[in-house]
Amino acid sequence: MDSIHDLGGMDGFGPVRPEHDEPVFHEKWEGSVLGLQRSILYLGLWNIDVFRHAQERIRPNEYLSWSYYERWTHTLIATALERGLFSDEEFRSGIADAVSSSAPLVPLTSRDTDKAFVRGNFEREGMGEPRFCVGDMVITKELRITGHTRLPRYARDKIGTIIAIRGRHVFPDAVVSHGKEDPQWLYTVEFEGSEIWGEAVDSTVSNLIDAFEPYLLRPEYD
Amino acid sequence: MSDSDHHHSHEDGSTLTDIQKRVKALESILVSKGLVERAAIDQIIEHFEHKVGPHVGARVVARAWVNPEFKHALLKDATQAINHQSDFPEVGQHLIAIENSDSLHNVVVCTLCSCYPWDVLGLPPVWYKSAPYRSRIVSDPRSVLKEFGLKLSVGKKVRVWDSTAETRYLVIPQRPVGTEAISESELAKLVTRDSMIGTGVASFSAESKDHG
Repeated sequence: MDSIHDLGGMDGFGPVRPEHDEPVFHEKWEGSVLGLQRSILYLGLWNIDVFRHAQERIRPNEYLSWSYYERWTHTLIATALERGLFSDEEFRSGIADAVSSSAPLVPLTSRDTDKAFVRGNFEREGMGEPRFCVGDMVITKELRITGHTRLPRYARDKIGTIIAIRGRHVFPDAVVSHGKEDPQWLYTVEFEGSEIWGEAVDSTVSNLIDAFEPYLLRPEYD
Repeated sequence: MSDSDHHHSHEDGSTLTDIQKRVKALESILVSKGLVERAAIDQIIEHFEHKVGPHVGARVVARAWVNPEFKHALLKDATQAINHQSDFPEVGQHLIAIENSDSLHNVVVCTLCSCYPWDVLGLPPVWYKSAPYRSRIVSDPRSVLKEFGLKLSVGKKVRVWDSTAETRYLVIPQRPVGTEAISESELAKLVTRDSMIGTGVASFSAESKDHG
């Protein structure tokens, strides 16, 4: 969906202000939110794409005014309610219903937190060859997706060159739209800065994205 | 957030902000349903506060500087190269190392959310997740880098990598001149977090050597 999370190429947010000697967490509750997020993802009921899409659905004014971990808190609660991890009543009271509808889940325990620290592998084995080769010129689609996509607005309908093939990966758009991994070939595509930004950018700049095969067309054929 | 608007007094005299109350409520219901364990949450916090961080990436970069074979393997497949070294922590798949040179500067962003190579750099700083950085680094990298005090030479190529998938990028900064006689572990101290994102460079001066 084309909401405020897709920030690339916007103006008006002012200068970047790096914080000197920034702590890992500014407040204790931020660490709890991170711990809760890792623990909830570990349950395996939904993946990171679902979590990201829930953040994308935060209203733009709130997305910009909330801190990062405030957004996470909102997203974790909203997704847990939406997916029935607990009910409104349970959340309000803090007391689990005696009869729980949820299937038995294996929680993350302190014995195996190490498992939660290594990033999951999103590459999937499968049949079929990639449609594009390194060096191929491609054009990105002019997408209008109301669900989830990882093709940023600034890189749509632009001509670029494939510089690497990264394997067949879980397709985020499909995970969110119909709960299927639907693995797709993933490529790194490089665009001349001028192709995207026109004369606003000097000729030394290029932009690179990782693009799934369904985002890409062959200029001379498609 | 204004404190006076969001603090509420409790009978025991403690005050909690609205957000603290929401986080507590979320944790309570998940614990009471047996879906999360508080000890596991504490370990996760401990891990990100004390175990993983830019010092991990810095050791990887320093080794790449002194060991050409490792650097070659790192640029080919960073995950495999790191996981084959017994003294580095295990990292996830599809970590990609990108090397700076005299003619090329690389810088990394996630315009859509906050993708970042946690297993070699720890959690991202606030600015990396903020609207100013995510919006402008793609369209005007040179001026954003100036805000970090980094002035790139005219004519140097700049590649801006947007982490839009489950790949993660680690910039290998250039080894500072004058560091030929310095050990790998001392070199690692020159490698800053920002130099591995591409918003800084690794630097060295005789003074920094004297001060360890």
